[in-house]
Amino acid sequence: MAGQQSAPKEPAVITVNVAWCKGCEICVAFCPRNVLEMEGGKVKVARPEDCIKCMLCELRCPDFAITVE
Amino acid sequence: MFDYLKYVREENFPHIWCSGCGDGIVLKALLRAVDKLGIDRDEAVMVSGIGCSSRTPGYVDVNTLHTTHGRALAFATGVKSAKPHLTVIVVTGDGDATAIGGNHFIHAARRNIDLTVLLYNNYIYGMTGGQCSPTTPRGARASTAPFGNLEPPFNISGLAIAAGASFVARGDVYNAKKLETLILKALQKKGFSLVEVVTPCPTAYGRRNRMANPVKMMEHLRDTAVSMEKWESMSGEERAGKFRTGVLCDVERPEYTEEYARLVEEVRTDR
Ligand SMILES: Cc1ncc(C[n+]2csc(CCOP(=O)(O)OP(=O)(O)O)c2C)c(N)n1
Ligand code: SF4
Ligand code: SF4
Ligand code: SF4
Repeated sequence: MAGQQSAPKEPAVITVNVAWCKGCEICVAFCPRNVLEMEGGKVKVARPEDCIKCMLCELRCPDFAITVE
Repeated sequence: MFDYLKYVREENFPHIWCSGCGDGIVLKALLRAVDKLGIDRDEAVMVSGIGCSSRTPGYVDVNTLHTTHGRALAFATGVKSAKPHLTVIVVTGDGDATAIGGNHFIHAARRNIDLTVLLYNNYIYGMTGGQCSPTTPRGARASTAPFGNLEPPFNISGLAIAAGASFVARGDVYNAKKLETLILKALQKKGFSLVEVVTPCPTAYGRRNRMANPVKMMEHLRDTAVSMEKWESMSGEERAGKFRTGVLCDVERPEYTEEYARLVEEVRTDR
């Protein structure tokens, strides 16, 4: 993916609705910055400071379970 | 962040679709397109048949009709004919639209009635456990083709174009942003508008075809969905196993309900 672009100044607020997340791992697999991880079958926001707010996780989550602000 | 919750029936969530099913991604693209166009929810009607894909309207807070298998287009034709000012959106599956509902599909396209049809093509009957559909690829496995499917598949978009649809596009859920644009264009078009959406069914299709996990199915979409521009520059060999995405047909043809209204007016003034 894109080179050593630095994260934007306003840090991203990534929210997971754990009750709706079905653990498909799509958001984790296609995050260009490796921000997300799996933990106990649900997604966990491991490195929010690396997020570039590309919104790909939010766009592709089939379960309306992750949002980025 | 997009506020999906303002358009959904939140009490029905989490939805019934399996982990990694693409149907939720299509629904989200639709909601973003509806929002961009500022469509009034009281003026919108969603109609579906039977299947996993056909469960979609149940999650949307607009006027909805969940009908019988294969007949969504027949019901939608009735709604649109009675109240032509409404925005009528049909959600259907490859089985619903091209097996049991195949006749409704070609004739609605031929009539060019102003409906926007989202056809979720997951290559299989998902809801009933993975029987072959008319779009199951040759050689793919299904519960009714345990040793591989012998039948050549329908090209759904090609079928709609040949039948007379005025707008036909193909998208996929890996390219979710592009899908939103295609749906938006289909909603704007007056006439029969189809968006064929290639979407994964990891449970009934992937499991039998070496793509049991949702990520594998999305990777497969990433590697096989090709934009129109790129497609043009590819050789026949390079195109094998891949599919084109984008607007495949956009023509002006008389729309059925407008023609009907015109005829009524003509007959009235003649008397
Ligand atoms: C008249 C009738 N015949 C058969 C069925 C059983 N049935 C329910 S859904 C379905 C196929 C669904 O496949 P598709 O339209 O591709 O939707 P998907 O579940 O894959 O989204 C079938 C055969 C039915 N409900 N009604
Ligand atoms: S917005 Fe982009 S970078 Fe941030 S977590 Fe989501 S996919 Fe990763
Ligand atoms: S894409 Fe959605 S449902 Fe899948 S793991 Fe991520 S948050 Fe959970
Ligand atoms: S069976 Fe297939 S189409 Fe149906 S909800 Fe599960 S993954 Fe989706």
